[in-house]
Amino acid sequence: MNHFLKKALADICSNRVLNLITIITISLSILVVSVFLLFFENASRVIESWNQGGRAMIYFKKEFHPEMLPELKTKINALGGIDRITYISKTQALEDLKKKLSTGTAFLKTLKENPLPDALEIRMTSYHNFEDVKGLAQAIQAIDIVEAVEYGQGWLEQFLKIFNLFKMAGYSLCSLFFLIALFITANTVRMAFYSRKLEVEIMRLVGATETFIKAPFYLEGLVQGFLGGILGLTALSISYLTFSSGMTQHLAADVFVDIRFLSVKIIVLIVFGSTFLGWFGCYLSLKQILK
Amino acid sequence: MDDKKTKNLIMRLFNVRKRYGGILALNDITLDIEQGEFILISGPSGAGKSTLLKILGLAEKASEGQILIDGMNLARISSSRLPFLRRRFGMVFQDFKLIPNRTVYENVALVLEAAGENRSYIRKKVMQVLRTTGMEKKQKALPPTLSGGEQQRVAVARAVVGNPSVILADEPTGSLDATSAQAILDFLMDYHKKGATVLIASHNLHLLETHVRGRNVEICDGTIKRTATML
Ligand SMILES: Nc1ncnc2c1ncn2[C@@H]1O[C@H](COP(=O)(O)OP(=O)(O)OP(=O)(O)O)[C@@H](O)[C@H]1O
Ligand SMILES: [Mg+2]
Repeated sequence: MNHFLKKALADICSNRVLNLITIITISLSILVVSVFLLFFENASRVIESWNQGGRAMIYFKKEFHPEMLPELKTKINALGGIDRITYISKTQALEDLKKKLSTGTAFLKTLKENPLPDALEIRMTSYHNFEDVKGLAQAIQAIDIVEAVEYGQGWLEQFLKIFNLFKMAGYSLCSLFFLIALFITANTVRMAFYSRKLEVEIMRLVGATETFIKAPFYLEGLVQGFLGGILGLTALSISYLTFSSGMTQHLAADVFVDIRFLSVKIIVLIVFGSTFLGWFGCYLSLKQILK
Repeated sequence: MDDKKTKNLIMRLFNVRKRYGGILALNDITLDIEQGEFILISGPSGAGKSTLLKILGLAEKASEGQILIDGMNLARISSSRLPFLRRRFGMVFQDFKLIPNRTVYENVALVLEAAGENRSYIRKKVMQVLRTTGMEKKQKALPPTLSGGEQQRVAVARAVVGNPSVILADEPTGSLDATSAQAILDFLMDYHKKGATVLIASHNLHLLETHVRGRNVEICDGTIKRTATML
């Protein structure tokens, strides 16, 4: 196997310019994809931390009575997308408030009546699609006894709108680059194949199987994909390091979240994906040539 | 007929035709080849000698007719088995068909690599064959840098390296001087004596007739004109 790898590298070197262009195209695609992944990973974390994982508060009117609770719970659960419902009575809410305001509890004691409403805290299963969250909130609002639903409307709506826009742009750009890289890889394999047409023909004549003939092309595709992935990620980490060294401090102070590099899992996935890309380009090309 | 059944026929051709576009290169060839035979295919230029050898060596497909290999109909053999059948044949092509950007050693070793032999065996076997064909010193040379006669010897080396049971040599002495030609012929004769079936296509009759025992198949315009036994 080592022997074949050496041969594949030698073949890549013998066709330097073409293979370099391919590897650079793959790495550019990987760079674009990984930039978006980096953005999404961090943005998701920011949203999660701000949104506290899709939490919303339902406040009830004065007429609320704990006996209504089971019925309300079933009603809300029936709306779907609810992960968990926790009841916070007004007494408990006051206790919590007292705990939070460790000083100034004296002032609270002067209250004749508890001014806080009874509430339900709900946690949604999915909260990245703002329309879903909004729809759910409106449905809950429609229940008679509900006074208000609070889920970080204003800024969250804006942020998620932009975030989703980015996501769409990201997806389309990623697929576009994936297709370009695939096309270039397939084309390189095709050109490599035709430049070695005589060699392939001779291999057949001396009794080589199709697998034996195809193997070096596949290996070349895999090596190209792998190198492209590594190169793309290297470019990403270099730009990340230069940017983050200057930027994170400022940004982190505002956002309360540090910008993190891609997780190991994602890095492995990217390298795996780009290696697959090289293989797939080769597969498409050889399938077309050899029918 | 009975007599033929007792013989070990490795290949049988029935009414084989080969067309290249409008040109009929082979027309109605019927031929039996026995295990261990020595056959000289002769005939004028353009007669179809190379075409016949290529069809026998499974390098080309016949346009019409039946071919039996060890009694199996070639048309019924799946294409995935073809490479394994081809390994029984060692071909010396008239135009050598060496890979120009691979060294002499790599060209010869390719046969064994394709057959999945291990590296140390390949090394040993290739060097041995290059030695016997006198190309040992040129093992690192690229074919285009070699003379015609040297390329021919590499082609012969590649043909025999896989120990095929059949050798098909197309003008194996065409580019060689008398001495080198004799050396190559002696080499092929030795191989034949070990039990291999050898077919040589050549228009150079006097080189062979002198000391060969076998069959001479003379073809002209794509058909067998005459079959004669040689002493
Ligand atoms: N690949 C090809 N395409 C078209 N025509 C071909 C091809 N190969 C052979 N022919 C034609 O088939 C006929 C027989 O050719 P072949 O090479 O078998 O002759 P030959 O007996 O080997 O001649 P020579 O002694 O010159 O080598 C010729 O007329 C040739 O032009
Ligand atoms: Mg010829």
